[in-house]
Amino acid sequence: MSQSIEERLFMIRYKAAEQSHLIIKDQDTCLHCKTKECNFFCPADVYDWHPDEKKTSVAFENCIECGTCRLACPDYNIEWVYPTGGHGITYKLG
Amino acid sequence: MTVSHTSLRSGMGILAEERFDAIVVGAGPAGSAAAYTMATAGLKVALIERGEFPGAKNIFGGVLYRKQLEDLIPEWWKEAPLERAVIEQRMWILGKESAVTFSHRNERYKEPPNAWTGLRVKFDQWLASKAEKAGAVPIYETVVTELIRENGRVVGVRTDRDQGDLYGDLVVLADGVNSLLGKSLGVHKEWAPDEVSLAVKEVIALPKEKLQDRFNLEDNEGCTIEFIGDTFGMAGLGFMYTNQDTISLGVGVMVNDLKKKRIKPYEVLDAVKQHPSIRRMIQGGEVKEYSGHLIPEGGFTSMPPLSGDGWMICGDAAQMVNAVHREGTNLAVASGKMAGETAVLAHQRGDYSIKTLGEYDRNVKESFIHNDLKKYRGIHGLFKEMNSDTLFGNLPQALNDAAYEWLLVDGVFKKEKQKKAIRTLRNAAGGNIDLLRLGIKGWRAING
Repeated sequence: MSQSIEERLFMIRYKAAEQSHLIIKDQDTCLHCKTKECNFFCPADVYDWHPDEKKTSVAFENCIECGTCRLACPDYNIEWVYPTGGHGITYKLG
Repeated sequence: MTVSHTSLRSGMGILAEERFDAIVVGAGPAGSAAAYTMATAGLKVALIERGEFPGAKNIFGGVLYRKQLEDLIPEWWKEAPLERAVIEQRMWILGKESAVTFSHRNERYKEPPNAWTGLRVKFDQWLASKAEKAGAVPIYETVVTELIRENGRVVGVRTDRDQGDLYGDLVVLADGVNSLLGKSLGVHKEWAPDEVSLAVKEVIALPKEKLQDRFNLEDNEGCTIEFIGDTFGMAGLGFMYTNQDTISLGVGVMVNDLKKKRIKPYEVLDAVKQHPSIRRMIQGGEVKEYSGHLIPEGGFTSMPPLSGDGWMICGDAAQMVNAVHREGTNLAVASGKMAGETAVLAHQRGDYSIKTLGEYDRNVKESFIHNDLKKYRGIHGLFKEMNSDTLFGNLPQALNDAAYEWLLVDGVFKKEKQKKAIRTLRNAAGGNIDLLRLGIKGWRAING
């Protein structure tokens, strides 16, 4: 009964804003980050490190707005605000 | 108030020219309780919510308690959307493929009812609608981006709408665990990873009859199960609650441990779903929704000052969660009500300074919120000092191993079995002294 994260996220209604509400402040900080914890702790797999491009990608349209990354990034390198009003996730059960 | 919801959607030009007696940020249980209290007393209240509707962004375990909402709305449960009345609570201590369990079931929980399971999308909409009917002006799909301050006093909010500044005599911050506004006020810094847990949850549909049979329930009866162990040695708690024809299954783990373990939160949930005690309860079910949210876990020591000139802060935004008793929405409602009452007093006096709003701090201090959180103030320190692997991995496993040995009939003398059981527990704690120390520390932590 366990599903992939894609299948799980598919159950949540999204209204993606045009601009990301999650911003990596400095990609260089990610490059030097040894643990890259954001690749693990995010419950929606928003963050992914690409070694060839030396870059953390941000799938903000998957974000379930929990706030973990804002306070769990070891370098506080993620700027986190709410998606603009009415955007982002809408749960149907909660 | 004649401004319709539709005109609000089209722009806030009309509202921006108005002044409110009070502005509430966040239409969860705390915000709606505050708005309801103030609007009922005749104050002109704006209720702002960033979601499409109240509850759109909200999840919890979740259990709703009678008492604190009853103080706000008598017999509220007769009209609110609820799932099942909780008559049985179980606690499972999980080993790898085993469980030691405790439970209490009592018909007396029916009259008067004590608690219900619920789902927040429906419930939060209902509670906000009570505030709206009492006269609060709903301003939804709107994010408050900052507080407007004059001479150190909060005088309004800036929103992400065009011409989106709103002014009021006071602002009630009920913007949840991620309270960016509380942070902007400097009343608290960013929560440390050991002050919050991340919970992920699934709502799993099951035919009603099957659900009732599996959980030993009739009609509208409900059952809650909390479990520890099986969280990869991370400090955490799992839950499995019965709704009408769904099960809410989730697990919350401390963010500092999650960081260390490099395990994906939904993989913790996947593992839990494979546990023999849980797998049988949910098998054949269909996952209807996946969700995730932070839970304030800092408790007493993390609670910030609750008021200042022109503002008060309530609920999750103020770390008001009793993790030991999985109480949160009731603390939110009670704090929202107290903030609302203080706002009414401030309105009567015409004084919105901390002198009057500090009354809210004082009332919280005399309430169960302050007192219950104070009792458990040591838990945070205990977790900090103790290795999570010991408390949430080795010890639950050792208890299961000891129980297994104790009940296994294999000819070994009972005296030997008893010795072995004690040895198993002692080793899991790290030795005699450590087991004793843990016992003392544990007792102190829950009796502060």
